[in-house]
Amino acid sequence: MANRVAVIGVGQTHHKSKRDDVSIAGLVREAAQRALDDSGCTWADIDAVVIGKAPDMFEGIMMPEQFLAAALGAVGKPMFRVHTAGSVGGSTAIVAAHLVAGGIHERVLTVAFEKQSDSDAMWALSVPQPFSAPLLAGAGGYFAPIIRAYMRRSGAPNDVGMRVAVKDRLQALKNPYAHLHMPDITMKMVEESVLLWDPLHYLESCPSSDGAAAMVLGSEEAAKIAEASTGRRPAWVHGMAMRSEPTMFAGRNQVNPQAGRDCAADVYAQAGITNPRAELDCAEVYVPFSWYEPMWLENLGFAAEGEGWKLTESGATALDGGDIPWNCSGGVLSSNPIGASGMLRFLEAALQVRGLAGDHQVEGARKALGHAYGGGAQFFAMWVVGADRPE
Amino acid sequence: MSDQTYVTKDPRGSITKLETPSRLEFLFTAGTSLSKNLAGYQRGQFIGQRCPVCSKVYVPSRGSCPVDGVALTESVDLPNTGIMTTFCVVNVPFAGQSIKIPYIAGQILLDGANLSFMGLIQECELEDIRMGMRVEAVWVDEADLVPSLASVRYFRPTGEPDADYETYREYL
Amino acid sequence: MSKIPQTRQGHRPVAIVGFSQSKSLRADRASNEVEMLLPIVHDVFEKAHLTKNEIGFICSGSTDYLIGGPFSFVTALDAIGVWPPKTESHVEMDAAWALYEAFVRLQEGDLDTALVYGFGKSSLGNLSEILNLQLDPYTMAPLHPDQVSLAALQARAVIDQGFGTEEEFARIAARSRKSALENPFAQVRRDDSVEVLLQEPYLVSPLRRHCLPPISDGASAIILAAGDKALELAEHPAWITGIDHRIETHAFGARNLAVSTSTAKAASIAGVSEGHVDVAELHTPFAPQEIIVKNALGLNDSVSINASGGPLAANPLMAGGLIRFGEAAQAILDGRATRAVAHATSGPLLQQNLVAVLEGA
Repeated sequence: MANRVAVIGVGQTHHKSKRDDVSIAGLVREAAQRALDDSGCTWADIDAVVIGKAPDMFEGIMMPEQFLAAALGAVGKPMFRVHTAGSVGGSTAIVAAHLVAGGIHERVLTVAFEKQSDSDAMWALSVPQPFSAPLLAGAGGYFAPIIRAYMRRSGAPNDVGMRVAVKDRLQALKNPYAHLHMPDITMKMVEESVLLWDPLHYLESCPSSDGAAAMVLGSEEAAKIAEASTGRRPAWVHGMAMRSEPTMFAGRNQVNPQAGRDCAADVYAQAGITNPRAELDCAEVYVPFSWYEPMWLENLGFAAEGEGWKLTESGATALDGGDIPWNCSGGVLSSNPIGASGMLRFLEAALQVRGLAGDHQVEGARKALGHAYGGGAQFFAMWVVGADRPE
Repeated sequence: MSDQTYVTKDPRGSITKLETPSRLEFLFTAGTSLSKNLAGYQRGQFIGQRCPVCSKVYVPSRGSCPVDGVALTESVDLPNTGIMTTFCVVNVPFAGQSIKIPYIAGQILLDGANLSFMGLIQECELEDIRMGMRVEAVWVDEADLVPSLASVRYFRPTGEPDADYETYREYL
Repeated sequence: MSKIPQTRQGHRPVAIVGFSQSKSLRADRASNEVEMLLPIVHDVFEKAHLTKNEIGFICSGSTDYLIGGPFSFVTALDAIGVWPPKTESHVEMDAAWALYEAFVRLQEGDLDTALVYGFGKSSLGNLSEILNLQLDPYTMAPLHPDQVSLAALQARAVIDQGFGTEEEFARIAARSRKSALENPFAQVRRDDSVEVLLQEPYLVSPLRRHCLPPISDGASAIILAAGDKALELAEHPAWITGIDHRIETHAFGARNLAVSTSTAKAASIAGVSEGHVDVAELHTPFAPQEIIVKNALGLNDSVSINASGGPLAANPLMAGGLIRFGEAAQAILDGRATRAVAHATSGPLLQQNLVAVLEGA
């Protein structure tokens, strides 16, 4: 990276199934204002705004960033709208980071949101296209067969997914912003929930949330000023990358996509990481369906192919007692405002290395991975953030 | 176009929700390549397209090889039989859904094709469904054939022995 | 061998080294989006002497609402063949902003080339109804104003504030479509007299049909290269020496529709006025808008505006802004110009504007 990039402020909304107390403008402004306050900046200090969200058809507004310009203090500034499917929250952050890394701007406000209660996501994802079979029943219907293939390939016991579902929801109890707070959740409860897309149970799937996430990314100079004025240290971007591959092609490895592996390899190389499990203190990984934890453990190099489920089963990925906690915030399984979910992963990773994750803080965390994916698991966006300024 | 906006108010009379229905109609362009597939459905025939660079056969086709970025030019007739590589049982209701739940959605790899597509599985009990089952297409009556996958009512098990895992492993 | 010019904002020099576009059609019923893109992408790779495996970054611009389905940009990737996996991104905006994202990405020095493309078929749905959904969903969209009426509001403001007349609108329309006769990719190509145009009835006063852009299906692609790489790939690279974009408030009542402050600001940062402008390509779909943007850019009558015919001759949404960049760049690539201005717009009534200065060294 040409210039160093720092995360100098973060903010998010309380994610809920329905935020009927705010309009969309109110929702994004809530997160943005918190990020500004955290950074010690005012609206006037921001040079550019980069916003991302899931397909426009969710809320039924075409190019919604247009009407949000004033709410986000963007009037008279450059405003940019990223859309890379589910990874959008992550790629939005990366596009914003490049504006700083490339020396274009000093401080960039980046926002991602989804007001799912205003939308019908299931419909928007399955709008029947002529000439194709109307079978797709939402994202779960797409991923469930792939999960089945993983279970078969790896020989994993049937309950691995449920363990992730329980772990992430219990960890969410320590995150006041998380949507789902289920103190009574047990393996039995998950198993008894409806099999929405066999082999996935209802409680192994992500919720539908209204929420927004925002970050202020700054240059080295901006980071110095922020730390001096707020007393809170920044998170430094040690590496960031995006990769895409085609949705469907002959011989595509849907279970362990090449693009995910390549993206991780790029990010680790930039950050000087050769053993992610040992060298990272925690990770916020996009796991919308429970089984994606073991699958991504393999895809991201934390475990050998076919062995990811063992890591999960052993408790290594739990905040309590694990050596490589995943999704201490509760992850996507606990809060899923789709457009924002990717940014929440990036944001939570930054919170960890800044020592500001409160009750779900991993003690002494200094290096963390933020990960997002989208589409038919073909778009990947990742970053590694650290407490130390990179060399 | 709508002529109504629906408004919800709270007890104090403040508007809390605004619903503006809208209706948009779109023409869908199948494109040259997909049109060949569709013409095939109209006569009860699966048609795939072969890539001139990698020789893989795609069904259905969208016009280009996703790996090589070149137009798919050669059409290939494909049989009605294939393997169901993986599946899921759909149990979630949603707007616009036309099939009764629960139903089995399977990935069908036709013999001779290199890419699977999603199809409805019927004539199979939920507990009997397995990855690797040999399946065959059941078409609608000739009089009802249309230029779309709707010409295929569903896929059903043929009763032949399951395909060896290794033969379809790379298609998962 | 040309040298690399100084960039105004001190950024890494990036140039347009190849441009390709499809012939804009009122309705392309034969090809889907992938098939529309395939030949364009192949063509631009050839022009830039590159293969898809040599490209460092890919970025596209498109919108789901033109096709009526989510993730429409995803299938478009088949036209490129993103295998092995590539660093790729997408904006839900005109592809001119995808060009901007690619330009930014190339600043860091680790990548030297980028492919940018945009596409859209405006013929598939009712464009006016679709674009209604772009308006504030709480206060404007429920009123269902149509695109022509909105543009008429802006035209009225232009006339009332003394910036232009209906006759000037007609002259702009006539000039554009006559210039288009030289452009085989344009859609509306004709030689009308201003008098005849002024005899047309109003569609929505003060706009007559000739003031409106056509409905177009089309696609375009551009290849960017940085530094020495650009010199390798083109004899006269069109260097981006200044580039900036700005957005204004969405509320029509809160801004002066006859003046484009965002264009003026972007132009100032990009350094438009710091040299003579040979050619300008303005993304102004409605004839009165050309006056607004020309004023904001500070262009005088010596500048050749929209020699390609501009959006009044062909207006494929999501690709149209990129085409302005391409046409301006082509003039430099061909050695016909040494300094050009490219402009792109997004949002209703020129809410957001991107301006670049392109130079041949």
